[in-house]
Amino acid sequence: MALSKRLARVGRECVACGTCVRACPRAAIRVVSGVTARVNGELCVGCGKCAGACPADVITLVERGAAG
Amino acid sequence: MKKKWYDYLWMGELLYWVLGVCNILFAWLGLLFFTIPLLVALIGGNKAYCNRYCGRGQLLGLLGTKLSRNAPPPKLLRSRWFRYGFLAFFMVMFGLMLRGTWLVFAGAPLRQAVTLLWVFKLPWQWAKVDMVAPWAAQFAFGFYGVMMTSTVLGLATMALFRPRSWCVYCPMGTMTQGICMLKQKKEDGGCGGEGRENCGAAETSRQ
Repeated sequence: MALSKRLARVGRECVACGTCVRACPRAAIRVVSGVTARVNGELCVGCGKCAGACPADVITLVERGAAG
Repeated sequence: MKKKWYDYLWMGELLYWVLGVCNILFAWLGLLFFTIPLLVALIGGNKAYCNRYCGRGQLLGLLGTKLSRNAPPPKLLRSRWFRYGFLAFFMVMFGLMLRGTWLVFAGAPLRQAVTLLWVFKLPWQWAKVDMVAPWAAQFAFGFYGVMMTSTVLGLATMALFRPRSWCVYCPMGTMTQGICMLKQKKEDGGCGGEGRENCGAAETSRQ
């Protein structure tokens, strides 16, 4: 399957609340060790639902090549 | 997506408020909301409580679907200074509440009031508390005030910003994330061994 052009990127100020996990329709994001959320780039389709739900507003959509 | 049993824990939050109004001594149950997330973070090293089981977060999420402006919060709210500063402030106020309990234990008269937002004293004279020691009743009044204050703040930021904005500066969330960070650092030097600068971007950067 072709990857989407954009994907979600979690900023450093993530509070690990897990709101994004519930918002993601593809189960592409998870909270790791209670520290931060992480995006699985293979599953993320860049729909932006996590970004819209994030109460800390730390998730942005970036071009796939610029994600690093 | 099929709902799981823990998706209904917001009812527990509502029940807590109803029980507290019926009898203030039920405020003691609020200690569960303090101890469970701490134990989960200390023993499990994660924020499963915040992520799945927090009734308050769920309730704010539900109410927010209708009542929230859904606006991005100010950057200040998520800054480390604000979050840890609010945690420190909250702990000081919690300590003062414990001091009040101690004073009643030592013989001071019971004050039948619930303090909202650290300033406003709500009269709570109807409460029947003579079945327990005065200090136990004082703790219940104090703790119900702490819970009410945090809920009012949560509702205000839910309306102004995004539904679960309270989660950003919730003292329990800040504390449990801090515990998880310390545990993580101990295990592998932080952020899943990826280094802090890559925190949150580790998996995306591999694509």
